Amino acid sequence: MSSTALSAHHGALDGVSHGGDAHHHDDGSKTLLGFWIYLMSDCLIFSGLFATFAVLANATAGGPTGKELFELPYVLGETMLLLVSSVTFGMAMLNMHAGHRGKVIAWLAVTFLFGAGFIGMEVYEFAHLVHEGAGPSHSAFLSSYFTLVGTHGLHVTCGLIWLVVMMDQMRRFGLTDATRRRLSCLSLFWHFLDIVWICVFTFVYLRGAI
Amino acid sequence: MFGKLTLDAIPYHEPIVMGTLAAVLLGGLATLIIVTRMRAWGYLWSEWFTSVDHKKIGVMYIIVALVMLLRGFADAIMMRLQQAMASADSAGYLPPHHYDQVFTAHGVIMIFFVAMPLITGLMNLVVPLQIGARDVAYPFLNSLSFWLFVSGIVLVMVSLFIGDFAATGWLAYPPLSGLEYSPTVGVDYYIWALQLSGLGTTLSGINFIVTIMKMRTPGMTLMKMPVFSWTALITNILIVAAFPVLTVTLALLTADRYLDMHFFTNTLGGNPMMYVNLIWIWGHPEVYILVLPCFGAYSEIVATFSKKPLFGYTSMVYATAAIGVLSFLVWLHHFFTMGSGANVNAFFGIMTMIISVPTGVKLFNWLFTMYRGRVEMSVPMLWTIGFMITFVVGGVTGVLMAVPAADFVLHNSLFLIAHFHNVIIGGVVFGCMAAINYWFPKAFGFRLNERWGKASFWCWLVGFYLAFIPLYILGLKGMTRRMNHYANPEWQPYLVVALVGAVVIAMGIFFTVLQFYVSVRDRKKLTDPSGDPWGGRTLEWSISSPAPFYNFALLPQVRELDQFWEDKQNGVAYVQPAKYEDIHMPRNTGVGVVMGAFGAALGFALVWHIWWLAGVGLLGMIGAFIARAYDRDVDYWVPAAEVERIERSRHAQLQQFQTTQVAPVAAPSRQKVA
Repeated sequence: MSSTALSAHHGALDGVSHGGDAHHHDDGSKTLLGFWIYLMSDCLIFSGLFATFAVLANATAGGPTGKELFELPYVLGETMLLLVSSVTFGMAMLNMHAGHRGKVIAWLAVTFLFGAGFIGMEVYEFAHLVHEGAGPSHSAFLSSYFTLVGTHGLHVTCGLIWLVVMMDQMRRFGLTDATRRRLSCLSLFWHFLDIVWICVFTFVYLRGAI
Repeated sequence: MFGKLTLDAIPYHEPIVMGTLAAVLLGGLATLIIVTRMRAWGYLWSEWFTSVDHKKIGVMYIIVALVMLLRGFADAIMMRLQQAMASADSAGYLPPHHYDQVFTAHGVIMIFFVAMPLITGLMNLVVPLQIGARDVAYPFLNSLSFWLFVSGIVLVMVSLFIGDFAATGWLAYPPLSGLEYSPTVGVDYYIWALQLSGLGTTLSGINFIVTIMKMRTPGMTLMKMPVFSWTALITNILIVAAFPVLTVTLALLTADRYLDMHFFTNTLGGNPMMYVNLIWIWGHPEVYILVLPCFGAYSEIVATFSKKPLFGYTSMVYATAAIGVLSFLVWLHHFFTMGSGANVNAFFGIMTMIISVPTGVKLFNWLFTMYRGRVEMSVPMLWTIGFMITFVVGGVTGVLMAVPAADFVLHNSLFLIAHFHNVIIGGVVFGCMAAINYWFPKAFGFRLNERWGKASFWCWLVGFYLAFIPLYILGLKGMTRRMNHYANPEWQPYLVVALVGAVVIAMGIFFTVLQFYVSVRDRKKLTDPSGDPWGGRTLEWSISSPAPFYNFALLPQVRELDQFWEDKQNGVAYVQPAKYEDIHMPRNTGVGVVMGAFGAALGFALVWHIWWLAGVGLLGMIGAFIARAYDRDVDYWVPAAEVERIERSRHAQLQQFQTTQVAPVAAPSRQKVA
């Protein structure tokens, strides 16, 4: 028994030079797991907002309803911009795995444009609603609508800032372990926001317009 | 320029507040002078504030928590004194508005800024050492979590002297906490303090899940992981699952207060009852977040001081996981009287009773661990036994209130207050005190004085019963919570006894402070040369005390539960390896401090509507975080020669110690105090 324990310690010693690294920093799998867990916590933030919206969706307090306010073709345009941006991000990731730095930056730039277009349309939509007298302070329904959709928009905006940072880091540092890892996280984040938007589109706009 | 902030915000006319302010300012000034005199700023900055070492971050959490315990306890004494005085014709000494802030601050501080940092600190200190890791998964995020938590504390403390604090109760139910009924900045301080520290807590939760899932030493499967680490894992899963709900809930309240929205208002479709549901969907798991790591600590302590393996390890793990799941299915028992209907109330009542089953399993496991063991009545063990008795009383009254019909009578009464103090003091405070006494040597290299530790324990135990048994009785007599004044003179004697109990607890706190002082003074005598002062079972006791900054020179190989105990039994616990390797470590960074400072500025600015400063704070936080992403010098290697030098001196010390001992592996000598 004693000799096996002894050799086990030596076994650990041998493992340290390489295996020890696996227990340490710059290990992509750890970061990705952590980021997944973060996304799940973010998912709970959205589920809280969705639940709130579900409770308050009919609390229009005599004000306008979703049916009167939402313009589905416009929202469909928004949705398409975001969906296409997920495809272009996918192209960036494919190029990252192929090792083409220039193309990664180019596809990220395209993604940024689509994302910015989405945000632009959303801001216009919000401004339009407020201008029409359907701002967030008019009813619990509108409060929950603006908060849910706005929180998603805020997330996309953070994604846009992150995209700019990643394009700059790609340009400066190239495809290092760190930049690859960060881009993988951003990719998860971006697709996650896409999925959330599909829920928003379905439960807020489609259901509201019926 | 300064938003709503004017000089009128400082409560000059309240002598109690001004007296406290003077004391805090003098104390703070004295601290600054002492630190400057000792030329310790550089040391504190480079060795502590910017440290990413989980052990130091853990120690900082615990120190801050103990300081905040004094603040929270001062609030408690003020309330007890007020209620002992304010009977019939006497108005007491605290005006209602001040009293309301005091009970709100007491609850907020004790839960968020005492209990939470105590358990986060303990997990920081212990988990990586127990699982054979060299740090947590994200050392920088760990530092950031701590400083976000500190920025929350700064806001709570500032609220005492600039403006006011929430006067709403610790969960700030609307519509009372809405703008209409709470027009001052109190609720805003509450919101931003909790949002900042809550963000830090969520990050900690993610950090520890990944640490435990990904960084266990070779051979340590989940079912060979020490119970404390198991409870830490479940607690962090609960954190990640529950704290986002708190974030949402407070954000919606913020929208009501800042953006004129109508989530929880009485008008325009708002629904205050939704807030109560949401906050308790976070709030009930929160109590298990607090108590589970304490259960873990008790488990380690009971096994160590009974000199036996923990009874029913597997059932302990499953009981912990079951409590974790069930904790999300009982939230409605906090408001049976809201009128959800008999069926809903029955469901939540039954779920609440069911949750006592896994808790009972744990209790029997501890008892059977002690059964026929050679139980050593050390300070951590005293706290553990005190917990077992006290917690059962609290659990029984909890199950009593889980019956909706009984709850209709008892809700909002002092019976409830007595119940949750019974489980939180008996479970969480006792657990943290036990854990601090138990793991202190691992952090500092010397044991805590036993005599004052025991004195502290007995004062807490006796004081607790004196302070809260009268509240149970008063609750049954119909006295409701949060009363600034009462007309029934019959209640007064009970409240005087409760005040006496609070004073006895105050003595317990004083003895703890004294214990620290005496232990630091006598640290040579109390030194822990072996690194294993109690005859421990788990990996953290296999390394030196204090633990070296890299924790393990070589990652230990685990084949069974309690590997270190097995190694000691087989005489292979302290084998020196033939050669060492370079060790990869994270570099210290000040970014966490900077982001915490910007966070505090952001929170303060939002409270007072100083929009430009809020912009500065927000941009500062984002900018510092991005700047960190450009820093590529974030780690370094400790050369093997350096590791070897440290380990050799450790082994030399160990050998010297062992030759002076009769039985090297058994419990080392310790001063015995009757």
